[in-house]
Formats: sequence, C-alpha cells, structure tokens
Amino acid sequence: MTILRAGSPSAGAELSTNSNKKPMMQDPSQPSLAARLARWTPQMVLFPTLAAAFMYVVVFSAWTLWISVSQSTLLPNMTYGGFGEYAALWKSKRWVVSYQNLFLFGALYVLGSLFVGTLLAILIDQRVRFESVWRTIFLYPLAISFIVTGTVWRWIFHPQTGVERALNDLGWLSANFDWITDRDMALYVVVFTGIWHASGFAMALILAGLRSVDGDLIKAAQIDGASMPRIYRKVVLPTIWPIFIAVTVVLLQFAIKTYDLVVALTQGGPGVATTVPAIVVYDLMFQRGQIAQGAAAAVMILVALAIVIVPYIIWTNWRAKKEGQTHG
Amino acid sequence: MAETTHQAFDPLATGSHARQLRAKFTVYALLVFFALLYLSPLVIIFMNSFRPLEEIVREGFISAPNALSAQYWVEAWSSFCIGGNCEGVSRYFSNTLIMTIPATILSTAFGVVNGYALSKWRFKYDTWVFGLITLGVFLPAQMTLLPWAFVLGKIGLSNTIGGLVLVHTVQGISFTTLFCRNYFVAVPDDLIKAARIDGAGFWRIFRRIMLPLSPPILIVCVIWQFTGIWNEFLFGTVFTSGSNQPITSAIVAFSGSGTGERHYNVEAASVIFAALPPLCVYVLGGKYFVRGLTSGAVK
Repeated sequence: MTILRAGSPSAGAELSTNSNKKPMMQDPSQPSLAARLARWTPQMVLFPTLAAAFMYVVVFSAWTLWISVSQSTLLPNMTYGGFGEYAALWKSKRWVVSYQNLFLFGALYVLGSLFVGTLLAILIDQRVRFESVWRTIFLYPLAISFIVTGTVWRWIFHPQTGVERALNDLGWLSANFDWITDRDMALYVVVFTGIWHASGFAMALILAGLRSVDGDLIKAAQIDGASMPRIYRKVVLPTIWPIFIAVTVVLLQFAIKTYDLVVALTQGGPGVATTVPAIVVYDLMFQRGQIAQGAAAAVMILVALAIVIVPYIIWTNWRAKKEGQTHG
Repeated sequence: MAETTHQAFDPLATGSHARQLRAKFTVYALLVFFALLYLSPLVIIFMNSFRPLEEIVREGFISAPNALSAQYWVEAWSSFCIGGNCEGVSRYFSNTLIMTIPATILSTAFGVVNGYALSKWRFKYDTWVFGLITLGVFLPAQMTLLPWAFVLGKIGLSNTIGGLVLVHTVQGISFTTLFCRNYFVAVPDDLIKAARIDGAGFWRIFRRIMLPLSPPILIVCVIWQFTGIWNEFLFGTVFTSGSNQPITSAIVAFSGSGTGERHYNVEAASVIFAALPPLCVYVLGGKYFVRGLTSGAVK
C-alpha cells in the first residue's frame, strides 16, 4: 500500500515534454494522420484504464449510493425510497456494536502495531547481527492472507485445541484462557492477531525512517551524555513523525476495511462481540436480502475512510507545496 | 529508501562495559522473544499437518508430536472433502492460480504503460486522470460488490474465474499505475527529451529507455499483485460459489463449519497449501516486497 500524492506536481513537471512543442519536421498546418495519431498516443494508451477507473470509482460508487436510497430489498428496485435505510441501519443494534468495535479495534490495532513496530525497528537498528533474518521473520505475516492468519490463530486461541489445552496438559489444571469464546475479551484476540499481522509493516517503514535520520544529530546528543532510550525518545523518533502519520493512515485504512481476519478468526462472534462493519455489509447484502441497507452500510464505510484519507491527502499536498516554496 | 545512509555509529558501543553487555543482552533477548512469537503459528501448523488426528484431538495443537506422517498432505491435496466436493484443495489451489497469474500479468502490464504515460507525457488534466485512477486504491470493495455482481451477470462471467480475473485486474491497475508512476517520475526528463529530439515516439521511448529501467518496479508490482490477489477473500466469496471458489474461500468453508467431524491435520496441511505460494514469493523477493512498502510512504 502506498501513500497517494494525487495532483502534486511531479519533481520534473516543468521539464516534461509537451506534445505541442514537439519539434516535428512537418508543416504544422497539415500534419499527417500518423503524426496526429502519434500526438494522442498517451491519451489513447490511458483511455482503457481511464474508462475502467471511471466506471469503477465514479459509476459504481454512484450506483451503490443510489441503491442505498432506493426501495431495493432482495432485488434491486431503483425507485427512490429516501434515507430510511440509513435510519434503520443506525437503529439496528448490530450495526452500532460493529461501529463501536471498529473504533476500539482500530485504536488498539493502530497503537499496538505502531508500538511493536517501533520497538522492533529500534532493536534492529542497534547494528544487530543477521539483520535480514530478523526483518524477514517480523515481516512474513504480511505475505500471508488474513484467512490463513485467522484460521491458525483461532486454533491457538481456542480452549479445546490451543494454549489453554496445552497448559492443562502440562499440569496447570486451573489454567483458563478462553478469550476467543468470551464476549468481553474476543475483540482483544482480534486486536492481537491484527497486530501480529501488521507490526512488521510498521517496522519496515519506521526502520527506513530511522536509517534516514542524520547520524550527526545522534552523535551530538551522545556527546551531551544522553542515554540511548532518551536519544530515541527525544531526538530520533520526533524527527520521523511524518512516517508515523503515514503508517497510521495506512493502518487505519486496513482497520476500516477489516473483514477476512474476523471471518476466519471469530466469524464476528461470540454473538456480535467481534462484528465489524464490513461483516454487516456482507450479511445485509448477501445473507438477509436487504441490499438497500447493505449499500447504506457500505457508504458508511466509505465515509469512515474519507474521514481518514481526505485530510491526509490535503495535508501531504500542502506540505509538498510548502517544501517546494522553501526550496525556491 | 531503506538501503541508503546509515548513521555511522554503534549505539551499543556506548557507556561502561557492563552496561554495554546488559544492553546487548536486552536487545537480543527481545528480538528472540518476538521472533518466537512471530514464528510460532508457522511451526505449530507445520507440526500438526504431520500428526495423526487422534493425537491432536487428545493433546491439542500445542504439544510435542509422537508419530509423524506425510499422508495428511496427500489427503489434503487430493481427497479432502470441502463443501461436499471430495477433490481436495488441489481444485481450489488451481482456481486461485488460474485467477492470480493472468490478473497479475495484465494489471502489471497496464500499470507500467500507464505509469510511463502519466509521468513522462504531460497533457491537460493529466493529474486528474492520475487522481481518478488512484482513487481506486482507496475505494472500499463493499462499494463495488453490487455493481460488479450486476455487471458480471450481464456479461456472462458470474461464478467464473474469468470474472474474478476481470475484477482483480481492474482493481489492481490502480495499484500498479500508482507504483509505476511514482517510480518513473524519478527518471530524468532530459533522457526523454533527447530521445524525442532524435525523433523517437511514445512506444520507441518506452521500449528503448523506460523498459530497460523497469525491472525493479516490475518485480514490485508482480510481487504485490500476486500476493494480494492470491490472498484475497471477499470477491472470491461473493462472485463465485462451489467448486469455482478460490482457496481462501475453501478454507473458510471447511474451518468455519462448527458442526461435523474435524480433520485438524488435513486442515492444517490445506492451510499450508494456501499460504505457501505467497510465502515463497515473499522469501524470494523480500527486498522488493519491502521496497513496495516503502515507495511513496518514505520521503
């Protein structure tokens, strides 16, 4: 996942060639067909993608938006039906719980991943031996699907097959570890597994940031007699704060879109204890035949994403512009 | 980028000798602790894919194995019953493969050409075009499920792997275009300018200048698309059913059903089949995997 800088001027924009200034040998008033075609090659090459993106981003979004205010139930019925489905959605306990879960899960997942990621990055930054081995170990969960991750961790967390069973068999008979089947604790199992999956991502980006910090800065702090933890806290980490913001935005996106992990780990249960908005969308659309309400729920997910991403894009563009100004 | 400057000092070589030793010990102890935590699921699942079922049922997943056998891998591959279909995961594995390879190639090919066109051939509203394409990266899949279901039905691709290839290609182009455009922006424009003065056109410059510079970003795109599409679950579950589903859906189908007899060892082997291809890609191309992560996010 990469961070978007939509619309920001590229480094060499003013250098870039422009088709109109092309030094052609032909008479400008009568360009050959081939030359005229050649001038439009970039646009023609981009056309299929642009058409697909337009359909995908604009038409599909508008379509789902319209379904959400239509009278559709099991089948699409595109007659306007007002915003009743949004009201019904926010009245349903399941949806409200799922949104609360998203807030708690999102906050703990992002903070936890950032914390573990920062810790791992700092550890690896200590000129340790076999650096690439450590990195490979901490990052590999990211290559594995949420489905596999959730399935394996469910076996580990389940009292019958996992940790509790192992502890009991070791002789600790009163050992009790049934968070995954406990309404109050199951969400923390999802948080833990999410952090296991994503902290390597945070580590990779933060480590890249640590490596970009000016070594002289650290030396100066060392000469002043500051201890290593203090140097990281007061000097190094504050200088790479934009990376923390970038990682936070990406992780928040992951959190809002979370679906597969919960399906594989807890299926939203026990009860609705770990239900997240994406699960509600799927159920409404494809299990309960309430596609208008499902579409309304999908729109709410889009709104949550927009709340995270739009300010970030505006901010990065503003920063890029400011940097451009200060550099002349 | 990750591989550039590194501060020229050794943080552990400061302070008194005892303090240095203590610091070193703490660092390695923490690293080992986290490494064990990260590797434990992998070890547990491998171990249990070789154990007899009664042993797992009796002792759970986390216990020392006694008898080991590779027969559960064979069973998982060729005769395991998933949703009433007793062909093993091989069927779903090949579904995913047939879906992932064309979608990866198509989205990467489009992305490279798009990235080149958007970074080196400025035209009116080009940033708007780029913005629209990259919005596809952020759009939640839930917003597209109903329209896709309708469109796939209309063009006769409902419940086909071809339909999934289409969905993943369209969605993937957003990612690859973003990757490639950000990569090609760093190629000096003078290079293109000079080639154009020599009379080279769009495709000639692409073949002669851009393509030879592309391998790193091509690898990044292929790795990201391959792992992303291989691991995808929602589209596969919504747009296909039964024996046309990808392997992620098959895993949920057998592990999600709480009823019936469980075959933990065969299930574990099946899960490994689902995890292995992206894991191999990651181990082989780890450097590029990280580069894909850091490109754009770190400046």
